[in-house]
Amino acid sequence: MAKSPVQFRLNGSDRATFVDPGDNLLVTLRRGLNEFGPKYGCGQGACGVCTVLIDGEPHLSCLTLAVACEGRHVETVSGMADGPNLHPLQNAFMDNFAAQCGFCTPGMLMAARALLERNPNPTREEVIEGIAGNICRCTGYEPIITAILAAAGNRGQRQA
Amino acid sequence: MARHKGRGMASINYPIGMNLGGDPSQALIHSNPDGKFTVALSAIDLGQGMKQVTRQVAAETLGVPVEDVYVDTADSDTGPHDMGSFASRGTHRMGNAVIAAAREARGVLLEAAAEELEVNAADLVTDGRGNIHVRGAPSRSITVRATAQAAQFKQGKTIAGRGIFLIPLSAVDAETGEMNPNTAFAHACLVADVEVDDETGEVALLGITSSYELGRALNPKMVEQQLVGGAWMGQSHALYETPEPYYPNPEHGPRDFNEYLMPGPGDIAPYSVTILERPAPDGPFGGKGPGEMCANPVLPAVANAVFNAVGVRVDELPITPEKVLRGLRANGGAKPQARRGN
Ligand code: FES
Ligand code: FES
Repeated sequence: MAKSPVQFRLNGSDRATFVDPGDNLLVTLRRGLNEFGPKYGCGQGACGVCTVLIDGEPHLSCLTLAVACEGRHVETVSGMADGPNLHPLQNAFMDNFAAQCGFCTPGMLMAARALLERNPNPTREEVIEGIAGNICRCTGYEPIITAILAAAGNRGQRQA
Repeated sequence: MARHKGRGMASINYPIGMNLGGDPSQALIHSNPDGKFTVALSAIDLGQGMKQVTRQVAAETLGVPVEDVYVDTADSDTGPHDMGSFASRGTHRMGNAVIAAAREARGVLLEAAAEELEVNAADLVTDGRGNIHVRGAPSRSITVRATAQAAQFKQGKTIAGRGIFLIPLSAVDAETGEMNPNTAFAHACLVADVEVDDETGEVALLGITSSYELGRALNPKMVEQQLVGGAWMGQSHALYETPEPYYPNPEHGPRDFNEYLMPGPGDIAPYSVTILERPAPDGPFGGKGPGEMCANPVLPAVANAVFNAVGVRVDELPITPEKVLRGLRANGGAKPQARRGN
């Protein structure tokens, strides 16, 4: 079948590639655009490691058709840091030991970022709900929840 | 129809390493011309922190800043031999191998520095900040970096060290059947509080309290992180996960995350852990390391807590609502057991 061109913004730069109509965004990012931030866990929407933001909303890239991203803005964990300065969430994950093997981290960070963008001061329950679609094998979630709550607090301080 | 609270306890003595033809770990260390050190290991860091801990051990033994040590676990073809990252052996076995390698490398480092300073190597000390100086005379000093460069470009020396830590095979005595496969034991005691719903059979884990004795905690924050993450895995094995729900019948096994149950962030129980430090005489800087025992005692403690709550003894994992309900039916209803403590 003929490939179709698709163009979207990826972490602030315009990118274009050719995809099959059925290609999902995860494969397109990893194989087509060498963007390895989102990971391949289950490929069926059950683990959350492939989470990206599309126009600011969290999406599972393994369940998103690449052609549906035409003209939109896709953000991955690779675009979170501002040059050498880590995003407050990334700092909070480091400070609170929120990663062990790190495989879930790209998805956790994107889910957390989407959460804090729509709700800058979440409660513990809201944080839990925000990452409920993301599986972590190693940490027992507690350090991740703590890190997200800490990042929410730090943000307030930084703005002040 | 009611919910019954129960409390269960488990204690554990956990051996480190194994006894299959001997249990060796090797480490190689060399300095680069910029005075930084590379530690080559073939054991892998799975996220538990082995790279960080062996880095600390190497830096401490070499007498250099921890930032100046890099641990490379890239390739078991090109690295020194290791049995691997399992059997809770990382900190103890690899840590000891790294100490041996770092001691040898430190010896060469001090000899190279002695040659530059024209003193006896035995009179030299390191300050842990990247300098080597004559004991009692800090002004007679040379940096580790300058020493590494002199060794490399003037003296023609490799600042390097080899280390192996071997626990030899303990063979079974043909007469008595006796053997001693163990070196270091770590210890823990863990209490689980649960609530069992006698209508649905569901078990909610309300909290875990534990204390662990792991030798010296070489990196206390990482020890705590490993214990917290491991307890979650224990909870998951006790109540949720199984690849073979009707073992040995392989039917109805889960095939993906939609069928393989695990507790999510909303199901985790509050966990309070106390770490008791009793440095182990044969451990690297007294460390034994947590490893598998992070998860293990959670399982029997939860099983005991379920028994304490409703009198049902589930002896096959995981403790699913179905098994609890079958037990309740066989017993003719919930039979809460006596409780101690508050
Ligand atoms: S890979 Fe997309 S949810 Fe698991
Ligand atoms: S840190 Fe290993 S899966 Fe989350």
